[in-house]
Amino acid sequence: MTTRESAGDRAAGTTGQDGRRFASYYDRHVVKPPVWHERYVGGYLYLGGLAGASSVLAAGAELTGRPRLARAGKVAALTGISLSAAALIADLGRPERFVNMLRTFKPTSPMNMGSWLLAAYGPLAGAGAVTDLTGRFPAAGRAACYGAALLGPAVATYTAVLIGDTAVPAWHGGHREMPFMFAGSAMASAAGAALLAAPAAENAPARHAAVLGTVLELAAGRLMRRRMGMVAETYERGRAGSLLRAAETLGVLGAAGALAAARAPRPRAIAALSGAALLAASACLRLGVFAAGVASAEDPRYTVVPQRERLSAAAS
Amino acid sequence: MTTGEMAPRAPQVQEEAGYPRHPPRMGFFTDTSVCIGCKACEVACKEWNRLPADGPFELTGMSFDNTTQLSASTWRHVAFIEQRKPVRAPGGPAGDQQDLRWLMASDVCKHCTDAACLNVCPTGSLFRTEFGTVVVQDDVCNGCGYCVSACPYGVIDKREDDGRVFKCTLCYDRIGDGLIPACAKACPTESIQYGPLDELLERAEARLADLHGDGVPDARLYGNDPADGVRGNGAFFLLLDEPEVYGLPPAPRDATRDLPAMWAHAAVAAVTLVCGIAVAFAGSRRAG
Ligand code: SF4
Ligand code: SF4
Repeated sequence: MTTRESAGDRAAGTTGQDGRRFASYYDRHVVKPPVWHERYVGGYLYLGGLAGASSVLAAGAELTGRPRLARAGKVAALTGISLSAAALIADLGRPERFVNMLRTFKPTSPMNMGSWLLAAYGPLAGAGAVTDLTGRFPAAGRAACYGAALLGPAVATYTAVLIGDTAVPAWHGGHREMPFMFAGSAMASAAGAALLAAPAAENAPARHAAVLGTVLELAAGRLMRRRMGMVAETYERGRAGSLLRAAETLGVLGAAGALAAARAPRPRAIAALSGAALLAASACLRLGVFAAGVASAEDPRYTVVPQRERLSAAAS
Repeated sequence: MTTGEMAPRAPQVQEEAGYPRHPPRMGFFTDTSVCIGCKACEVACKEWNRLPADGPFELTGMSFDNTTQLSASTWRHVAFIEQRKPVRAPGGPAGDQQDLRWLMASDVCKHCTDAACLNVCPTGSLFRTEFGTVVVQDDVCNGCGYCVSACPYGVIDKREDDGRVFKCTLCYDRIGDGLIPACAKACPTESIQYGPLDELLERAEARLADLHGDGVPDARLYGNDPADGVRGNGAFFLLLDEPEVYGLPPAPRDATRDLPAMWAHAAVAAVTLVCGIAVAFAGSRRAG
């Protein structure tokens, strides 16, 4: 009898941590938790952002005559985009069929659009970096650098659309603010790479970008969680919560260090440390967003309760 | 939930998909009020589609449900719910109050009118058939897993050892030859009914009216409404409780509906990124 009772009670409803009752089927998830791997797809989000924003930074450096900052940006862009493409392919169940992504042109699929974007951006980022490092074809290299800077911002923000266009409550629920959070995080990480690689004499723009990017990321993230209702919990608890708190701490330290580096006694070391902190912050942010998505899909509460609220709002 | 006398006509999704001539839209009506939980559908589906086992057999403690969910290798799943709820058996005497009621329901891919899985699939592997159903082409799928996160019902899933995704095809290989899907064929109580969607919708309305007349006020249709977040399902249900009790989302939505807004936000964010970096350079004229 006790089995029956508990089976019945478990099937009929679950009381959430906040005491709100909602019905579920044995507390099992309604939507499937993502089958994506955190290290690959989380890494893809991170590296794509780093690459895209680095291309913009490189173009700015090119335009303002800062060759070493430009080189740092171009190399970061090529490294980021190569690794991010590799991560995307590694995540596939059938990696040898990666090119099937380009067998159609499908605007309703952000992953398809993203693949076309990468197909256009990757070679430009590659040409920009290689011509800079070898010193050959400088005019073509400059054109590639500006071309990559045109597409780079899209590479950095489209990944928010990629994860937003899903039934995963924590991702879809943040689809308005996520692109801004990702833009800020991308900017800060590109600034971080530049702070590591470019000399102090040229990296003032990177120091400012570090601060602006971190502010944008934190502000957009706050707004996102405030607007998201109960699903915001998934960004505050568990693994996602730890990662996002680490991202915030590292980001603030990195940005502060970047600002201080100019006047510090050992600017090179401070800049490098800040750069590393900013890179780590951005990685933590993307992994944290990924983990929040998984947590929100695993618990039926985050699917059922907001949908119930939507239904009663529509009825009243 | 529809209460009018005329069943809403199912959207003719084949025309939208570009079929100039096509058979009627086919679907499933799963009437859970007559399901006896025999799992003949699960077995028939496994056999016809040669689906592998889901993994080592385990007793879950979830009533008679040891399958637990739809997956890449389970395309029909029978849910069992035990409830402490006084109910009158349909047609039974008014005083026949029972303490425990047992709900059973065979779940399946909904073959959504607005199918999120199909919309997000980057390879075009998922496609709309001439019957209006949604099918994976396993020679095209590259196992990106996007559809798994997109489906608002948690239906489609990836077989990790194979790398690709799988789900119900509404027996595409049978219905093209005029056969009925294996699960519907095997169902001994006609809980699973297969046919042209418009006919099924009419039949479901009639069945719902009968049940309400019989004093089963809990009965409701699910997935029949073209005004819902997926413009209705090709496979819809008659349920005896809230959808979430069966593990179904109460208000599913195709996230792709927000795609224009998402792209717009991403575009503004991209411009913000460029402006931010421009400001960073503008503020550095002296120092640089
Ligand atoms: S229920 Fe899920 S898998 Fe089936 S058609 Fe709808 S979105 Fe696709
Ligand atoms: S896993 Fe296969 S069917 Fe699903 S979205 Fe990717 S390519 Fe399409």
